[in-house]
Amino acid sequence: MFRRTEPTDCTITWEGRTLPARTGESLAAALLAAGITAFRETPVSGSPRGPLCLMGACFDCLVEVEGAQNMQACLVPVSPGLRVAMQRGARDFVEDAA
Amino acid sequence: MRQALVIGGGLHGLSTALHLARTPGWQVTLLERRHVGRHSSGVNAGGVRRLGRALPEIALSVVAAEMWHGIQALVGDDCGFRATGQVKVAESAADMARNEARVAEVRALGWRHEEVVDQAEVRRLLPAVSPHVVGAIVTRDDGSADPMRTVMAFRAAAERAGVTIREGIAVTGLARTAEGTIRVQTDQGDFEAERVANCAGAWAPDLAALAGETIPCGTKASMMIVTERLPAFVDPTVGATARALSFKQTASGTVVIGGGHQGRSDKAAETSTVLFGSLAHAARIAAEIFPCVAQARIVRSWTGTEARPPDDMPVIGESRTLPGLFHSFGFAGHGFQLSPAAGAAVAELMARGATNLPVAAFSQDRFAVPA
Amino acid sequence: MSVADEWTAGPTGSAPAAAQVDVLVLGAGPAGMAAANEARAHGMSVLLLDENAAPGGQVHRAVESRTPKDEQDRDGAKLAAAFRASGTDYRPGATLWAVEPATEGGGGKVFWSEGGAARSVATQRLILCAGATERPLPIPGWTLPGVMSVGAAQIALKTAGLVPEGQVWLAGQGPLLWLYAVQALERGGRLAGIIDLSPPGGLRRALPHLGRALKAPEYLWRGLQWQRRVRRAGVAVTVARALRAEGEGRLARIVVDGVAHPADLLLLHDGVVPNTQVTRAIPGCVHGWDPVQACWRPGLDLWGNTAVAGVMVAGDSAGIGGARAAVHAGRIAALEAARALGRITTDERDARAGPLRLLRDRQLAPRLFLDAMFPPLPPAAIADEVVLCRCEEVTAGRVRQAVALGCLGANQTKAFTRAGMGPCQGRICGPAVHGVIAAARGVAGGEVDPFRTRFPTKPLTLGELAALAGPL
Repeated sequence: MFRRTEPTDCTITWEGRTLPARTGESLAAALLAAGITAFRETPVSGSPRGPLCLMGACFDCLVEVEGAQNMQACLVPVSPGLRVAMQRGARDFVEDAA
Repeated sequence: MRQALVIGGGLHGLSTALHLARTPGWQVTLLERRHVGRHSSGVNAGGVRRLGRALPEIALSVVAAEMWHGIQALVGDDCGFRATGQVKVAESAADMARNEARVAEVRALGWRHEEVVDQAEVRRLLPAVSPHVVGAIVTRDDGSADPMRTVMAFRAAAERAGVTIREGIAVTGLARTAEGTIRVQTDQGDFEAERVANCAGAWAPDLAALAGETIPCGTKASMMIVTERLPAFVDPTVGATARALSFKQTASGTVVIGGGHQGRSDKAAETSTVLFGSLAHAARIAAEIFPCVAQARIVRSWTGTEARPPDDMPVIGESRTLPGLFHSFGFAGHGFQLSPAAGAAVAELMARGATNLPVAAFSQDRFAVPA
Repeated sequence: MSVADEWTAGPTGSAPAAAQVDVLVLGAGPAGMAAANEARAHGMSVLLLDENAAPGGQVHRAVESRTPKDEQDRDGAKLAAAFRASGTDYRPGATLWAVEPATEGGGGKVFWSEGGAARSVATQRLILCAGATERPLPIPGWTLPGVMSVGAAQIALKTAGLVPEGQVWLAGQGPLLWLYAVQALERGGRLAGIIDLSPPGGLRRALPHLGRALKAPEYLWRGLQWQRRVRRAGVAVTVARALRAEGEGRLARIVVDGVAHPADLLLLHDGVVPNTQVTRAIPGCVHGWDPVQACWRPGLDLWGNTAVAGVMVAGDSAGIGGARAAVHAGRIAALEAARALGRITTDERDARAGPLRLLRDRQLAPRLFLDAMFPPLPPAAIADEVVLCRCEEVTAGRVRQAVALGCLGANQTKAFTRAGMGPCQGRICGPAVHGVIAAARGVAGGEVDPFRTRFPTKPLTLGELAALAGPL
């Protein structure tokens, strides 16, 4: 799907799996580079979705970042060790981690 | 056939047109300046509420509530109505005392729909409510409906009943003809009718002025918030005793928050502006009463413009300067629930000059300056 | 000292309520940076909000960290350097979510979120430089993971160095599609093929505008070069009419005029439209319909003033003109702001703006040709089962049903079907929903009222908003 042309310098975790990443790139880019296409399941029908626009407009790249839900992966910069999970359906009421 | 015109394609205009068109012998045309449901009707909170009504409004509200429970039969669609109850929470002992006095007052008049409940019951009804809530008034058969779906259902029913709906026509003048009918001048030619209804919402006082009648009335632009979809956590529509709040979760999971916080309306431009400095108070009250929504994202906010008489009660009655013209406006942020009954009442007033429905308290005569 | 220093002091870094700037610019793309630079040159205090981590906008995205490869990159780097040195209070990672226009005599107010906190500032002038967004290309299966826009792939290339590899298809039409193909190939990427969906007769329609377009011949020349380089690289170009994406849980294949091909990634493009998300939410801000490009544009005077006092628009969000035209438009708007705030006289403004106008007009010369060449794909052709509104999963068929029930405008359809009511507020589906309504009614797009957007135009939490009313 995509191939990196620049070296990675850190790792993040996606659903508990460790993925290589590059500090400062968007989380969405890091996931796509690792072959991840489905970022979330929609609250309406539960169908899988991935990013469409990568510019903050489509809200299809929503993920859970360090416990904070419905984050736009294309607008969150990668930092080493970031823990990311799929956004499943609507936000739930588990307290967002600070 | 006798001709009638309804001016204004909001819910009250549609309901009036529908009821009059179902009255044998009447042909009804509805004129709407923009499109049906353009302002408050299409965008209000959809509260179907008797709870907390001003005392003169209770009787009509009770009639309307019965009509809502039969709304499918009335308009051929359920309008998204769900009788999930209305709850007005008490946040302090003082609130509780106020609620008890209020319900006693309502019961003394013979109404039984309002009920005081304690902390355990309010927690059972609203498991997500903040622990500081100590009780509530509850109306169990109230609920909410989907405003735009309601507008479209009333529109479809009105059209099936024979109403001609003309959108994009603005009224510019009202005059009595030699034959005793009313000529309605518009930007697209004149219309003539024996009876005319003024259901023009925020612009209805201007229409009354065209008929030479001054009815004191301000404008309201109540602001609303809707959140992203959330898991189902609250069934009833929730208000607060001492603070401005209306809070409900829709069938799709979004939460609609209002309560009468006012934006800025520009009647001439037909626009209104959300003022976030004051809308912040709605967000704060909501998040204090339901702490679980503090992290929920706001997806939109908006305002709906409508008329607001000085006493916050509607104006329903025949014009004192242009007989044959009937006013129905000024619902001041609580007209959605009343619309089936108010429309029926106005249609009866138009068709036979009288109604058994309890609308006498809403005559504009209450504003008349004693001579 | 930047403007912010005066009012972001304090242990929490939160902005005090009485904050005030002369000019607030939205967007750090070519128009926004140029507007900020020009405004600073006239001594006005400028606050610039941008959602991204670094200046550049879409065209010059990550321009400070890339090695410049062509003149456009060099222009962008220069502009960004000047912007950094301009003394603008620049806020990356800041999302504007509301505008309260000025009341009689008073300044307007702008609200945004930054670092998880809501903030607001009073401003005399607002210059919106929100750029463009891609027009949606709704095809069956476009909601499958693995289907993205060409613009998205270009962002991945510029910001993260991701190049396409495997079964990657480009489909649709328009200059950006070819530009991306060239950029991807140059970086060592591989493409399975290009599906050209452009309506036939483009050149015939465009030809009458050729004379004017040749005032800036480099645009056409570049376009031809791109197509030639892609073909020379051996990428198959298939002219087709019907395209669908298929797969279980993610894209597995595309079907082109009935012929299936394996696919890992499908990149769609159907041109770009002005981003009017903010202007459409401002009450009284009039928009006009562009029938050729089937999109709304804010109604502006010669200087970029909208119908709402104090609110201006410059660059692609006023109408697609490209990065170079946007730079000039940004400066022209800032000159007008300087005049309005009494920093320069009307004569000074006119004298300075004259040459900028000539430069801008030259850059705009090829637009008519390009617009006629690539008219948007017809919305009537979208099948009933295709999802238009991705957020609320509303199909074209349901929108058509709503029209049949009497929802004649985009806003009624929205309230009735929920199309455009999700978090993206119709950013993605707006043009398609609008087009489907117009086609279903059999009227021109301009006859259907514009999709109103609502503040907050970007989501913020209830807690963030509540904090503006004091601590919880």
